[in-house]
Amino acid sequence: MKIIFEKSIKNRRGVTLPKNDVPVNAAIPEKYARKSPPELCEISELDAVRHFTALSRKNYGVDTNFYPLGSCTMKYNPKICEKIAGMGGFAGIHPVFGRLIMNNGASWTHGAMTVLHNLEDLLCRITGMDAFTLQPMAGAHGEFTGMAVIAAYHRKKGNRKTVVLIPDEAHGTNPSSAAAAGYKVRTVPTDPKTGILEIEALKAAMDENVAAVMMTNPNTLGLFNPRIKEIADIAHSYDALLYYDGANLNAIMGKFRPGDGGFDVVHLNLHKTFGTPHGGGGPGAGPVGVKSILEPFLPVPRLAAKSSAGKTGAHFEFSDDYPDSIGPVAPFYGNFSVCLKAYVYILMMGGKGLTEVSEQAVLSANYIMHSLKDYYDVPFLKTCMHECVLTAKRQAERGVGAADIAKGLIDRGIHPPTVYFPLVVKEALMIEPTETESKETLDEFIAAMIDIAKCAETDPESLKRAPVTTPLGRLNEAKAAKDMDVAFL
Amino acid sequence: MSYVSITPEQRQEMLRVCGVSAIGELFADVPASLAPPADEFWETGGLSELEVLAECERLTSKNHTAAMTSFLGGGFYDHYIPAAIDAITSRSEFYTSYTPYQPELSQGTLQAIYEYQSQICRLTGMEISNASLYDGGTAIFEACNMAAAHTSRRKIVVDKGVNPIYRKMLRAHSAGLDIEIVEIPVLGGGSLDRGGFAGAVDDSAAAVVLQNPNFFGIVDDHSDIVDKCKEKGVMTIQSVYPVALALIKTPAEQGFDIAVGEGQSLGIPLSFGGPYLGFIGTKKTLVRRMPGRIAARAEDVNGKPGFVLSLQAREQHIRREKATSNICTNSALCALRAHIYLSLIGKEGLTEVASLCHNKAIYARERIGSVPGVKVSKQPIFNEFLVELPMGALECVRALAGVGGGFAAGIPAGLFGGDCFGAGVNTDNMLIVAVTEKRTKEEIDSFVDNLAQVIKL
Repeated sequence: MKIIFEKSIKNRRGVTLPKNDVPVNAAIPEKYARKSPPELCEISELDAVRHFTALSRKNYGVDTNFYPLGSCTMKYNPKICEKIAGMGGFAGIHPVFGRLIMNNGASWTHGAMTVLHNLEDLLCRITGMDAFTLQPMAGAHGEFTGMAVIAAYHRKKGNRKTVVLIPDEAHGTNPSSAAAAGYKVRTVPTDPKTGILEIEALKAAMDENVAAVMMTNPNTLGLFNPRIKEIADIAHSYDALLYYDGANLNAIMGKFRPGDGGFDVVHLNLHKTFGTPHGGGGPGAGPVGVKSILEPFLPVPRLAAKSSAGKTGAHFEFSDDYPDSIGPVAPFYGNFSVCLKAYVYILMMGGKGLTEVSEQAVLSANYIMHSLKDYYDVPFLKTCMHECVLTAKRQAERGVGAADIAKGLIDRGIHPPTVYFPLVVKEALMIEPTETESKETLDEFIAAMIDIAKCAETDPESLKRAPVTTPLGRLNEAKAAKDMDVAFL
Repeated sequence: MSYVSITPEQRQEMLRVCGVSAIGELFADVPASLAPPADEFWETGGLSELEVLAECERLTSKNHTAAMTSFLGGGFYDHYIPAAIDAITSRSEFYTSYTPYQPELSQGTLQAIYEYQSQICRLTGMEISNASLYDGGTAIFEACNMAAAHTSRRKIVVDKGVNPIYRKMLRAHSAGLDIEIVEIPVLGGGSLDRGGFAGAVDDSAAAVVLQNPNFFGIVDDHSDIVDKCKEKGVMTIQSVYPVALALIKTPAEQGFDIAVGEGQSLGIPLSFGGPYLGFIGTKKTLVRRMPGRIAARAEDVNGKPGFVLSLQAREQHIRREKATSNICTNSALCALRAHIYLSLIGKEGLTEVASLCHNKAIYARERIGSVPGVKVSKQPIFNEFLVELPMGALECVRALAGVGGGFAAGIPAGLFGGDCFGAGVNTDNMLIVAVTEKRTKEEIDSFVDNLAQVIKL
């Protein structure tokens, strides 16, 4: 398919603009002016619509079919959330309005601020934390923000701590975010027998230099660490804080709150747990919740509810008056429209519905694991949470690796699970079905996986050739990296 | 409202396959002592679509900004968004997909990213770009981080004409990284203090950061500063307003190493602060320093052309703590919006939008400048300018909000830009006014008439 610039025809227009209605026809002084206009394409609206529609047809989303990408929580994204986020009364608001107060002391944007305030409150209830910031613009950005809050806490206390402990099964963003906040990373091994961080390993790795322990619970192997309270106590005995990576929160709502388990900081991925779409790689939102000892360090501006005498109901104000704050991490109040969609989602679920979400997500993952355990090796065959990790070790002996299984699934009309992650499992296949998939879809996936397992025995070559049903076969990434053609100029 | 479609009978069947009799058994690893408090939240069911829609309509009625005639800018602008952008980005194959890790199922997203990268390069004049960053503020931080890594130096010199919000974000993001930030105040009228700035650049600096047009709307040519930096091995970063680039000198034409900016003005709604779009462009030689995802042309096993994510070894999921950045999820759908905007508006269209903005701003500045007691900057501008009122800017903004249909008169400089100037400059009466193609002559005239009235009072 042609690149959009190759479709450009001189003097064709896609948008007509109003005539200039002011009696000025000024040019930028030559010293400051661009020599020639940017070489943008010249196409009609229909050309554009056809081009992008054609591109969309070469894509695969949750709305296309099952998308069991482990750790990404590719659940159905309710359409009502999109509709509400698109309402002019929300989408059209310039963020500076939030900082302008009306003459009567009221806010211009009370409705939007109510959304933010209520969402902060709901996230506190869901996680057991004391305060939230909605500023971080994605999960990794939330991790960075959480680590920066921890660093500010230690600085304030005069602690000179330089290390963050992270289990080896963690998402790559964890070590990377800890480094972005200025910490050295010390990796703690997961117990190869149990698949979780054991107390002894933690004790061996702890010392006075440790500023924080970053954990995902359930972890990326889909396993819940039951001794979390002891882990928290050990960390706290060194004045280290416990960080909760909320990427896997979809497993545990209504069953466990990080705040009750001794966690001091948590980030959430609204685009995972709370049903906002992933957008082909963003935008997401990564709110951060903290215990009250860390609240002074959260990013400013913070939303403050004020009740004034003689008025009913609270009014809201953004305040910068937090001298220990790490400062702003977003230009304003975070990815508002993503937060709005998550707010709508939580209202539609209620606490009861969120509990049902986690229960079904966990049941569906276990159902897949048990249905496939005779066909694939399961490194930790015990109850999993919202995702299960299988390994293609058995198939790899016949030359069919996790990637080949992934491509085989593509030919069977299904998006592959996450492969080769977590790194602690060889030939990993990390499957997260989410609660929104029907049993029929799960059964189709299971049948496809069984078919592939059989194929690996009888006709491994067909899997190594896969996919053959897509517009393109496997792509040569090495050559692409060598050629480095990253722009059409 | 529930999106779980599994029936009670199916649930029983699934439990049986799992070898348990009740769902609670699957949560046996969670200690009972850590169960959430049995409060009313966990007992409350959800709302229906109808109820939640009514609630949100009630909330929008509590926002009082929809009817306002806005002259707010400050890096975030009320430009027209062609209808086709929403129509195209509503294709759920785009918005319900994830990062294109499986290229065979993601050629749509991958080609769109490649084309978007090309658009950013054409706009800024730079050689390469990436799949997007969160926003214009984190883009500045990422660029500084690239420069610090590339030069092995730790000092960043920042002009205070750079958006004050971004300068604060830069501090917040670099606080743990042993990076020293030196900020140089602007002159009284809001323009770059060339002497002061050049004086702060020495061979211990990793990079300089400038913005064009700057926070006060002033257009500049930074070629002289760039030349001085090159002599000292200092990298140069310019933050730009993409619509303005239709008319003003590109970062490449001024010799900058890295161009960054906020892409909101390219078809992305203001949405009370986000999501927005950070973009970055740089030289090919710096590609391995670049944060985030990059789409590249590739071939499949049969030699058919396509696209992949390339150089992933720079990224967090492979390089972990040694990655160029921790960014994973970025602003893909906003980048798609910007790409569609630039495709639709096209070469002539973008120049027209920029010219409309510029002419209307010049007209508004002349008219506002003719109001007795008001002073306007005479500096070269694009579509935003500094006004000095004979009254407090905040007070003026409040007063104008209540007259006619309501005017959002601009951003009081004291609200965000109070720290931009050196000692002795009082920003209380300073207002920053922005004009886009959406403002009509009638609106501008009415605004100026009402401003004159408010000042007389």
